[in-house]
Amino acid sequence: MKIAVCVKRVPDTETRIRIGGDGASIDEAGVKFIVNPYDEFAIEEALQRREKAGGGEVVVVALGPDAAQETIRSALAMGADRGVLLKTDRIPADALAVAQALAAELKDGGYDLVLFGKMAVDDYNHGVGPMVAELLGLPCVTAISKLELDGGKGVAEREIEGGVEVAEFALPAVLTAEKGLNTPRYPALKGIMAAKKKPIEVKPAALGEARVAVTGLALPPDRKAGRIVGEGPDAVTELVRLLRTEAKVL
Amino acid sequence: MANVLAVTEQRDGALRKTSHEVVWAARQLADAMGGTVDALVLGAPGVDAAGAKLGEVGADRVLVAEDASFGRYSPCGYAGTAAAVAKAGGYGAVLVAATAAGKDLAPRIAARLAAPLGTDVTGVAFAGGKVTATRPVYAGKAVQQLRFDAPLAVVSVRPNTFAPGSAAKAGAPSKVPAVAQARVVVREVKAAGKGKLDVAEASVVVSGGRGLKGPEHFALVESLAKALGAAVGASRAVVDAGWRPHAEQVGQTGKTVSPQLYVAVGISGAIQHLAGMRTAKVIVAINKDKDAPIFQVADYGIVGDLFEIVPRLTEEIAKAKAG
Repeated sequence: MKIAVCVKRVPDTETRIRIGGDGASIDEAGVKFIVNPYDEFAIEEALQRREKAGGGEVVVVALGPDAAQETIRSALAMGADRGVLLKTDRIPADALAVAQALAAELKDGGYDLVLFGKMAVDDYNHGVGPMVAELLGLPCVTAISKLELDGGKGVAEREIEGGVEVAEFALPAVLTAEKGLNTPRYPALKGIMAAKKKPIEVKPAALGEARVAVTGLALPPDRKAGRIVGEGPDAVTELVRLLRTEAKVL
Repeated sequence: MANVLAVTEQRDGALRKTSHEVVWAARQLADAMGGTVDALVLGAPGVDAAGAKLGEVGADRVLVAEDASFGRYSPCGYAGTAAAVAKAGGYGAVLVAATAAGKDLAPRIAARLAAPLGTDVTGVAFAGGKVTATRPVYAGKAVQQLRFDAPLAVVSVRPNTFAPGSAAKAGAPSKVPAVAQARVVVREVKAAGKGKLDVAEASVVVSGGRGLKGPEHFALVESLAKALGAAVGASRAVVDAGWRPHAEQVGQTGKTVSPQLYVAVGISGAIQHLAGMRTAKVIVAINKDKDAPIFQVADYGIVGDLFEIVPRLTEEIAKAKAG
């Protein structure tokens, strides 16, 4: 089974955001970067599928700057076989431009599965995965929390408002992972050492034309200072009164 | 002059609330663009009845695409149909609600139209001849302004953000061809507990955190949620600990919510949690630590033992609601 996992280098979720000098991006000074958390579920799923199939290859594909090699290296340390970096100094805000570059790389790769995280925790777009599927003309189920594969067919579950959809598809397919699909492994020391020797191919990203311009980035307005209504259960009566008469939400 | 296509969403033949929101958002945008609003209804034969009231929230026309495979969400069928309608019609924007289905559908429509995409936006406008959008990024830790440099943009709008007003438009129905495509078939929808509210869509949310000390104590949160008619949410700590399902997680690796009222029970307020709920209209926090960061964003706080405070609050809310 040959599986591609597309990963993104993103700021750690604990990052306190500062706005950069251009007023349209974040100040990256001192920011720790990590593998997009949702992508870790995709990597883990790929590794388990390869193990179950008793062989195959897991290829990690990242689009981003040189530093995204570290992101790929983290996936290799978990157990992926090799990496491809589609290099661009700046990841465009246009998801379609990114999807076009990834689709061009994946098109003739002979992959049975192409996996993504359901979204990146920086731009919150949840766009690139299904776009790649559409560009490649492949079935796609997004935000899956359960997956069963049997021969050339798959069944995936995805959470919707107030329920779960059960979707059938045929391989090859594109799937995007929701948290809870599995429990990602921590790389063992042996894996980290081995990852250093695994190949990463670097080539320029064949990005599509970027037609989404980020014209501004700002911190959200501060919430006005709240107040402590009181201490202990005796404050409840006053809280309920305030919710009723002042906030008018009851 | 360009028109706006609003793609609506039905479940079991009835339009979802977000459909009215997306048509209303389309109305605002179309008025700015000097165009009209077409609302697209996709469903099994007979679904046309569901679109009857869309004129009241701003649709000039209601386009109905019926197919036997459209009863449940059909990713490629819906995307192909919406793209075909959009190609035929001289639209400047296609709007979709950023629901579970809409988040899946909007990128597919954009890819099929080779159009730029903006997802989960909280504002959409028309300026200098271009569609622009405002959207939270980094789970709401920052707000981004986007401009779409193309004649047509696909935009998904965040649920609970575009509260529909009323318009007196014709909402004249007409049929459009359905383009069925079954690359993915939704064979079943398993319902969560009956009447269970989704945390991302609810107008009131009660969330619990580590302060509850164990999964069995979530009953306190559930009782309060029931009294308030609220959905139950959870912090990442308790989801990671396996106390609660991920579907309930609020925060940067969970859901971003904007309810009218958010009650945080035993949640200290890690930065990635605050990011997910800071746009709630009113925030109430109950925590034993008066220095917990949650109190910095809470409109109303009570410091103390949640095991004493929450049952009392549940009781008084129930009383207040009954009276």
